[in-house]
Amino acid sequence: MIKARVTVTLKTGVLDPQGKAIEGALGTLGFAGVGHVRQGKVFDIELDGSDKAKAEADLKAMCEKLLANTVIENYSVTLI
Amino acid sequence: MKSAVVLLPGLNRDRDMIAALTKISGHAPATVWQTDTVIPDVDLIVIPGGFSYGDYLRCGAIAARTPVMRAVAEKAAQGVMVMGVCNGFQILLETGLLPGALMRNASLKFVCREVKLEVANANTAFTRAYEPGQIIRCPVAHHDGNYFADPETLARIEGNGQVVFRYAEGTNPNGSINNIAGVMNEAGNVLGLMPHPENLIEAAHGGSDGRALFEGVLGIAA
Repeated sequence: MIKARVTVTLKTGVLDPQGKAIEGALGTLGFAGVGHVRQGKVFDIELDGSDKAKAEADLKAMCEKLLANTVIENYSVTLI
Repeated sequence: MKSAVVLLPGLNRDRDMIAALTKISGHAPATVWQTDTVIPDVDLIVIPGGFSYGDYLRCGAIAARTPVMRAVAEKAAQGVMVMGVCNGFQILLETGLLPGALMRNASLKFVCREVKLEVANANTAFTRAYEPGQIIRCPVAHHDGNYFADPETLARIEGNGQVVFRYAEGTNPNGSINNIAGVMNEAGNVLGLMPHPENLIEAAHGGSDGRALFEGVLGIAA
């Protein structure tokens, strides 16, 4: 079995009001020196088989078709 | 003119939409369910508002991958009119039938109130019963209505007149870029908007400013 981690983040230039709110809350908690915070998503996915090249290709297709909205989000795939 | 309403688990404005279509057209719309792969022969398909699939992943993301939405996309490609309201707008964007994306409101708050809309393009099959630049009242109720498109897409849709509705000056409830409340596709047969015209069609609603949208799209003279 192959385990993978997919990370989806907002593209640069896309407004992230939730990240901004988290940024403010960290400041309120007294963490000094916190710069920009951007919120994203993480998907841990298990795949049958051992063909890593196929797994990477499948995961990329999953990102393009469902996991990320490529209008506003970037994604990265890591096999773990 | 025949219409159909798409039903999906988690939508909650479907009855309002069916009531509006029935009252204004005089005929009850057909309904199609998430697993339907065939849509009856209709002139207009409407996707109502709500929270399809609990807004999991992203608003409209799961709904956009259902069999019925594949069938809607095929109908749209054939030129059938398609209108999505609120969650229906989010679904049309996720399906790729409309440009851009809808994000969390800039205020991070759910907004449920009345706004003023400017009819930014009255020369469409949807808005032809309105005057150009007409300001109408319309309710909104959403958490993710903050329209976004990259600069190239934005310039293209503005240039093509694909921005159909804007929040009138000072009433933008969600931070939408260029005050965009509703957009259509380049071909002009698919429209998505966040506000709920189906909830302002008769005196009992406190006004009927939304009625002309249905009259226009249904081909009924006001």
